[in-house]
Parts: sequence; C-alpha cells; structure tokens
Amino acid sequence: MRKKEMIAMLLAGGQGSRLGVLTAKVAKPAVAFGGKYRIIDFPLSNCINSGIDTVGVLTQYQPLRLNTHIGIGIPWDLDRNFGGVTILPPYEKSSNSEWYTGTANAIYQNLDYMETFNPEYVLILSGDHIYKMDYEVMLDYHKENQADVTIAAMPVPKEEASRFGIVVTDNEGKISEFQEKPPEPKSNLASMGIYIFTWKILKEALIALENVPGCDFGKHIIPYCHEKTGRLFAYEYNGYWKDVGTLGSYWEANMELIDIIPEFNLYEEYWKIYTNSGILPPQYISGQAVVDRSIIGNGSEVYGEVHNCVVGSGVTIEEGTVVRDSIIMKDVRIGKGCVIDKSIIAENCVVGDNVTFGIGSDVPNKLKPAIYSFGLVTVGENSVIPDGVQVGKNTAISGLTAREDYPGGILESGETLIKAGGRV
Amino acid sequence: MRAVGIILAGGNSPKMRELTQRRAIAAMPVAGSYRAIDFALSNMSNSHIQKVAVLTQYNARSLNEHLNSSKWWDFGRKQGGLYVFTPTITADNGYWYRGTADAIYQNLDFLKKCHEPYVIITSGDAVYKMEYNKVLEYHIEKKADVTVVCKRRNPNDDASRFGILKMDETMRIEEFEEKPMLASSDMISTGIYIIRRRLLIDLIEHCAEEERHDFVTDILIRYKKLKRMYAYEIKDYWSNISTVEAYYETNMDFLKPEVRNYFFKEDPEVYSKVSDLPPAKYNPGSIVKNSLVASGSIINGTVENSVLFKKTFVGNNCVIKNSVILNDVYLGDNTYIENCIVESRDTIRANTRHVGANGVKVVVEKNERYAL
Repeated sequence: MRKKEMIAMLLAGGQGSRLGVLTAKVAKPAVAFGGKYRIIDFPLSNCINSGIDTVGVLTQYQPLRLNTHIGIGIPWDLDRNFGGVTILPPYEKSSNSEWYTGTANAIYQNLDYMETFNPEYVLILSGDHIYKMDYEVMLDYHKENQADVTIAAMPVPKEEASRFGIVVTDNEGKISEFQEKPPEPKSNLASMGIYIFTWKILKEALIALENVPGCDFGKHIIPYCHEKTGRLFAYEYNGYWKDVGTLGSYWEANMELIDIIPEFNLYEEYWKIYTNSGILPPQYISGQAVVDRSIIGNGSEVYGEVHNCVVGSGVTIEEGTVVRDSIIMKDVRIGKGCVIDKSIIAENCVVGDNVTFGIGSDVPNKLKPAIYSFGLVTVGENSVIPDGVQVGKNTAISGLTAREDYPGGILESGETLIKAGGRV
Repeated sequence: MRAVGIILAGGNSPKMRELTQRRAIAAMPVAGSYRAIDFALSNMSNSHIQKVAVLTQYNARSLNEHLNSSKWWDFGRKQGGLYVFTPTITADNGYWYRGTADAIYQNLDFLKKCHEPYVIITSGDAVYKMEYNKVLEYHIEKKADVTVVCKRRNPNDDASRFGILKMDETMRIEEFEEKPMLASSDMISTGIYIIRRRLLIDLIEHCAEEERHDFVTDILIRYKKLKRMYAYEIKDYWSNISTVEAYYETNMDFLKPEVRNYFFKEDPEVYSKVSDLPPAKYNPGSIVKNSLVASGSIINGTVENSVLFKKTFVGNNCVIKNSVILNDVYLGDNTYIENCIVESRDTIRANTRHVGANGVKVVVEKNERYAL
C-alpha cells in the first residue's frame, strides 16, 4: 500500500472577523500580505520546503478566493500524482451532516482523506500566521522523543503570556501542564497552534471525541491525549512568527517588511515563499514619481509619491498623489491629487481624484472600536471612493460609495460606511 | 486546431556581440520579466495553436532551462504540447542543423505525423503580438501557397539585416531579396510564414535532395515566381532584437506608455516562466525615475530611464542612466553606469564606472560576489 510518512492538514476555514471589512468576502488565509502573497502562502510554502507534498486544506468560510488561489497547487509544486494539495470543504453525509463545528471536528470529518495516505504522522497547521518553519526538523524532534503529540511553542514576554495558551514543560521538553490564557502563567512558552500527531493517537482521539460538540484541538484533543498517553512534547521555536489576526498587527507585520534588513526576510534564496501571482510585467516608476522605503509588486505603475508602503501588483498610483504608511493591495487604482495616510486599501478598489485619507483626530470607531483602531483607514475589496472626499481615522469603508454618503464631503474619524455593490 | 507552430530558435548573430556568448538570441531577456521566445510562444498559445516545435541549436542550455516546463504557456495538453528539437545523430544523418530548412528537414517526421493542414513558422527573436488565425484567414482568402508577414521598415533600421519584399497591388510578392546592401522597398520580412503542411514537406524534401539548407534563400526566394506568395502587413509593434542596438532600443521602447500598454495591459497577455521572486524593494535613498523594475530587485541608489531585470541589486549612491541591467546583477556602491547593457549575473565592483560613449556598451564583469 502506498503511503506518506507525514501529511499536513491546514485549517483555512476561519473568517478572521477581527480583520473587519478585509475578511467580509474572503477567508482570512486568502488575505493579501507583503505585496504579492496571501497569508496561506506561508504555511503552504513551509510544507513544500519541508518536504511535505500532501496537504489537505480545510475550507469553510468564503472559500472562492482560496480555491482559485490554490487551484491544483502548481505554484507550490503541489500538483502531484499521489498526494499534492486537496481542498476539503464540508460535505453532506447520509446522516449527521454538519458544518465544521471546531478545529478537530473539521479534521474528524476528513478521516477518510487522511486514511488514503496511510500516514505515520499528521501535521496540523492553521492558515493565519506569517512565519518560516522547517516542519521536518520538528518531525525529527517528535521521533526522537517518541512523542505522541509535539506542539510548537515559542517564548513570549512574561507579561504577555496570559494572552496565550501556555505549555509548562520539564527539562526534556515534556509537557506537564496546559494553561489556557492563565492569569498567573507558570511558563512563557506559548502554543503556536502547530501540532504533529502520531496518526494512531490522533485517529483514536478523534473517534473517541466524535460526539463532543465543537470539538477543538486546544480544548479537547490535546487534553485527551495528555490524559491518555502523557507523551506530549513542546518544540521550542525561536524564529519570526507573527499572528496577523488584528488590523494593527496585520499593518505592523507588513510595515516590518520594508525595513532595510527586515526580521522576516523574503529575499532569502533557500526558503522561498511561493504564491499564485500569474505572470506579470515589471513595474513602471515614472519620471515624476518618488518612491522610497517601500516594496512594490509587479505590474504596478507609480506616477505619484510612495513612502513607507507595501504595494501589491497591478496597482496604479496617479500623479500628484502621496501615499504614506499604507498597504495597497493588488489592482487598486488611486486617482490624481490624493493624500493617503496610514490606510489599508484592499484588492481592486478605486479611489477617485483629490481624496484624502487619515485626517482628523484619533476618535475610536463607534461601531466596532476593538476592530477599527490603530488610527487606520480600512477599505474593503472592490470598494469605490468618489472624487474629492475626506476620510478620518479609525474608519472603515466598503462597497460602492457616492459623494452623498460623505456628509459635507467628509467621513469623520470613528465612522463606518458599508454600502452594497462595488467595482466589478 | 488548424495549424501547428514551428519556432526557429537556433540562431546566433555576431551582431549581438558578447550577449550571445552564453545563450541563444531567443533566450535573451526582454522587457524586465520576459525572454524573447515568450512572445512567439504566447502568440501561439493565444492563437490556440497547441502543438509547437521549438528548433534549437546554438547555446541552447539557457533556452532549455526556460522551456523546462510547458505549463507556463499553457501547453502541456493531452492533444499537442511543446516539443523542443535539438539536432541528434541518426542512422542517416550526422550533421548539425545546416540551415533553417535543414532544421525542419531533420524533424520532418514531426510534421508528417501531424494532421493539421497548416504550419506557422516564426522566429524566436522578435517582440510582437499576433493572432496567427487572422493571418491564416488571409492566407486562405488569398489562396496563397505561402504568406509572409511583413512590416514597414523603420527608417533607422539597417536594411541589410532583413529580407526585403516587393509586392504588386494585390499584395502578391514579386521580389524577395535576402539582406540586400541596397533595399529596393521599405517592406521587410518578419520571418513569420504560413504555409500548407503538405506543401512545406514537399518543398523541404526537394530542397534537401538538392543539398540546399536555407528556408529563405533556397525555398522562398527560388519559388517566389512559381508559387503564390502573398505578404501580410503587420501594423502593430514588431521588433527584432538580433543586434545589440536593436536589443537595447527594444527594451527602451517599453518605457513608452503606448508600448507598455500594448504588451502589458491589453489582451491577450504575454506569458513567461514564473520565477517566485519577492516584490521589488526601494530602500531609503533610492531615486527611481522613468524606469522599469522587475521583481526581486533591491534599490538603494539612483536609476533613470533604465530597465532593471529581475533580482537587480543597486548599491548605495549608484547612478544608473539609460541602461539595461539584466537578471541577477549586483552593482556595488558608488557605481556609475550610463548607456550600457550589463550582462546577467554580473557583479560590478564598488566605485567603478562604465559609460557607453559611442553607442551602447556591453558590460561583462564576472567578479566574485563578496557581499550578500
């Protein structure tokens, strides 16, 4: 029987609601990052770079973008005769059909898929972090310890430890205790949501807990394995790892890429990040343009000024426009004479002429203060912004907006403007 | 699928100077992200021609590497695909390709096994977009034996590097001269031909029997009166890159908005091999004006009126003007480059100066790369 030593299951079904309008129509793993990538490119590239050629991608929330992006996996070399990448959406069964109700439940519903490959080990990943990691080294560690479960964990500052799931280990790295967001953490090792399971154990746990509603790795499977076998190990990871779950952390992580020597270096030869970007022409910087401290994607045309920005591919920035400290995703068109400060403009938006983003004072967002903060202007994909309007801080815009939607031509700080329609 | 494609990519030209020492002209990088042969291949693919043979001979390693997978141009189908033919020694032939007709002759089996009625022949060293089916319609309408795609010559172009055509008012070709010293007309052949497959096989076989080997001089020119040869004029952009000057100008043409729009924005698109490079990075101190920059580049200095290909590194205080910097070039700090073509994978030492005083200078510098 043909087999794969280790297969990966990539959880990509979550909405990532803290990214606000950015994930209104796409799942979080499909959100653009770093000019030309999408968040899911990082775990997928890590897989192929670690020699894992069989990856099941579990989708549920708004999967269209994700499906088109992954296709048959050509950009990651995951188009294989045996294995390769497979998209796994929830499906109807003869009885007990249900959506994916939890992380482990999603994996449970795909037992048949995993069985096909007769694996020794299963790697569980999530599609919402930015990092480079050699899963093969982690697997070696798992084998060395004859572990049942290995959990990747990274040291975090003591004072922040209470925000994470904390693992407490002995000297050998064997896990003795878990603490979920503990007020008084006993260790500073935070779980990264990356697990290697010995297949037998995982299968047993999934079947034993099949009736647990919303079955979750952190809450149910890991504690079950801990109780049952006790051979759980923490694999300490000390590289770059970024959760981009909030608009603030998403913006920051993008901005870090434009440092002269960024902590997370995309220009390294030996650990390439692959993406499905199509074949694009080079970018054109015009005679009047000013570009500094920025990264710009293929096929973009800059006639204005770009400072401290991450600009995706196929973007046009017209003359007389100044864009600063912003993330501009692919195929956005920004008109003439605009001033764009500290904004996130999602894919395929059109910004008219003489538009100003980021004016006024830092008033919290009235609707969702926890989401739209950090002084950012966030514009959802396919939005249309009319000529001559001004937009304040901590604002969100989505859809086909017209001049009338901006009282006196201004969207004040803290406002949210959600309309239907948009650029086709 | 009414036609098969043949791309002649075996050639080399001394007029390319140092640039083709390491690669065939068809493998020359063009316009930042492409290679010359991408244009012919994309045209084939966009014209739904699914069976394409590329005939290579001279220095084909770089070209073969580029063609290592046919999926980028959407070939690799069950019906058809991309065939790369390099000369092979067989029981009855021990020669290299002795000319374009001989190259086709040595692969005549490929043509004989096809069932498509027509063949489109093109060269791999021209930058253009063309829907070949339109030319094919024209070919059928004119009841032509051979259709030659022609182009009105740019007054600055040297006529002696082209085939010169003279037509009557119905566009039937009356005169065909190969690389004449004095041009009798301003219509030049683009090296794109349409011909019925069976006729091509007959002509090629006959040509081989006579120990003749060149498609233009031994077939087209000799049969110009005997066969119905028609010219089809291409009015859009077309440029042959087979001299250093023409190569430089073609790259510089992409700084013009109309050329850029035509190739980069209008359908159909030009395909190439994807190279998985990060976006270009502009560090503090970079000043870029009127230039094309390809992915993977990192810029610290000044770049004006230039084309930077993939993975160019421009050091601090560098000045690059009116130049073409090919793939994976490292320019050390304080370098001054003007009016040059810098060869791929070059490493230019810090504080050096290269200026093309009388025309374009080709810079080839293989220094060891210490930094990085």
